[in-house]
Amino acid sequence: MTTAVRVRGLTKRYGDVQAVGGIDLDINAGEVFAILGPNGAGKSTAVEIMEGYRTRDAGEVSVLGVDPGRPTREWRSRIGVVLQTADDVAEATVRETVRHFAGYYPNAKDPDEVIEQVGLTDKAGKRIRQLSGGQRRRVDVALGVIGSPELLFLDEPTTGFDPEARRQFWELIGDLAHQGTTIVLTTHYLDEAEALADRVAVVAQGRIVAEGDPTTLGGRATAKATVGWSEAGEHRSRETDTPTRTVLELAQQFDGEVPELTVTRPSLEDVYLRLIEAPS
Amino acid sequence: MSQTATRAPAPPVVRQPSAIQLGLSRAALETKIFFRERDAVIFTFSFPIVLLLIFGSIFADDLEGTGLNVSQLYVAGLIGSAAMTGFQNLGIGIAMDRDDGTLKRLLGTPLPRSSYFVGRALNTLFISFCQVVILLTIGVALFGLQLPSEISTWLTFVWVFVLGVLGSSLLGIAVSSLPRSGKSASAVIAMPFVVLQFISGVFIPVTQLPAWLVNIASVFPLKWMCQGFRSVFLGDAGATLELTNSYELGRVALVLGAWVVGGLLLCLTTFRWKGRRDG
Repeated sequence: MTTAVRVRGLTKRYGDVQAVGGIDLDINAGEVFAILGPNGAGKSTAVEIMEGYRTRDAGEVSVLGVDPGRPTREWRSRIGVVLQTADDVAEATVRETVRHFAGYYPNAKDPDEVIEQVGLTDKAGKRIRQLSGGQRRRVDVALGVIGSPELLFLDEPTTGFDPEARRQFWELIGDLAHQGTTIVLTTHYLDEAEALADRVAVVAQGRIVAEGDPTTLGGRATAKATVGWSEAGEHRSRETDTPTRTVLELAQQFDGEVPELTVTRPSLEDVYLRLIEAPS
Repeated sequence: MSQTATRAPAPPVVRQPSAIQLGLSRAALETKIFFRERDAVIFTFSFPIVLLLIFGSIFADDLEGTGLNVSQLYVAGLIGSAAMTGFQNLGIGIAMDRDDGTLKRLLGTPLPRSSYFVGRALNTLFISFCQVVILLTIGVALFGLQLPSEISTWLTFVWVFVLGVLGSSLLGIAVSSLPRSGKSASAVIAMPFVVLQFISGVFIPVTQLPAWLVNIASVFPLKWMCQGFRSVFLGDAGATLELTNSYELGRVALVLGAWVVGGLLLCLTTFRWKGRRDG
């Protein structure tokens, strides 16, 4: 497997604040990688260094084999960047904007196909100012992918979305990932990371405190489970390392159906909150 | 042909679009967007026209011993203002682009940085040109302005216009880094522009200003642009109205040229692609 992004010992300081305090990271080509962390944890700084927007104090960074500290036009045409907030080109229509940006790239996709892909075909003739927040964000994604990037950066892409818009957006990102685009996503929505990412890294106070598959992160899959049920009109629960045995015992006790049975492991949120509270 | 069939396939060449072509494409988009913001269009174009109509109507007297009238003086001065529109347009426009994410977005694309400026410059040149055409039309139609008939005079017009637009545009690009945000940009940049218009002979003839104000105005390009345009539209008869009884065209060229060079240096050393909050 080839490496799309390789980071070693990355640091960045703003005055007295150590924004990034030594990050190592490997992101494989073709994977969806989510960087989680609270506001101010340093995730945006780290990503903006990878995108070539900011300089670093120390460390090695290689993105598609190029040092983003010295970005070239050729390299820029191989990556796509979807920034956190933008309200530019408000008076241009969706189609005009996507067509215009297509002209920047040597291997641009067909603008109408991209507009279709982000689900804005029926809004193509509308001015961007007239779009809703979610539609506006889709334009941002369209502009991010118009140049057929090998690597797409998405910085908190669904902030301010309603649940339905978020679902639709996830489908769009899933489609892009299926087509082989490497995606680096920052978010503070855990459900988003869980739905989209092959791997996640949790950043707290400028460092990576955990990294791995979102379903097993922080020992989630093997942590103590909580078995809950209802007995004599009262809710009962038991923490256990062996939930299957507990359920079997309960099944015997109730001779069949256990009323209101639930078996839960710590959610990604539980694990995450524990990780960012006590950074290692 | 058979020889071509045996040739090894050429390696894929990634051809980046040309910077000039992209600059033209930016100019087309900027101009399209400019004309869609109707309130801004109306303001930009009506401001000098309204001023010309007001001043031209209030001061309709003849200027003693020259055969010229005051309104002709205003046409020349307001054309100077129109050529300096770039200062205001770019100063405010780029501050807004920095604030609303345009610059940051462009920085993330393979667009050459020069193409952004080419686009902005052509857009400014076009808007200034439209303003000048409108002012000249009104001047000729309502205030008896005589268009010069000699080619050499038009050549003077062209170099004063081009140097003036370039110099003031570069100055505008440089000052665009001053406002703290896009919202404050119009206040921060419009104020010095209005002051400059009052002390550079656009509304009040330079001969009626105290010497120290003229000295301040002489540092900036607008005074010299107006002087150059007076030489074009008032002709030799008007030279007696100048402080030195001459249009000093050599000096006009020198100061405007210096602003082009100095403005470029200022832009190259102070231009910020990022907003203050972006670090």
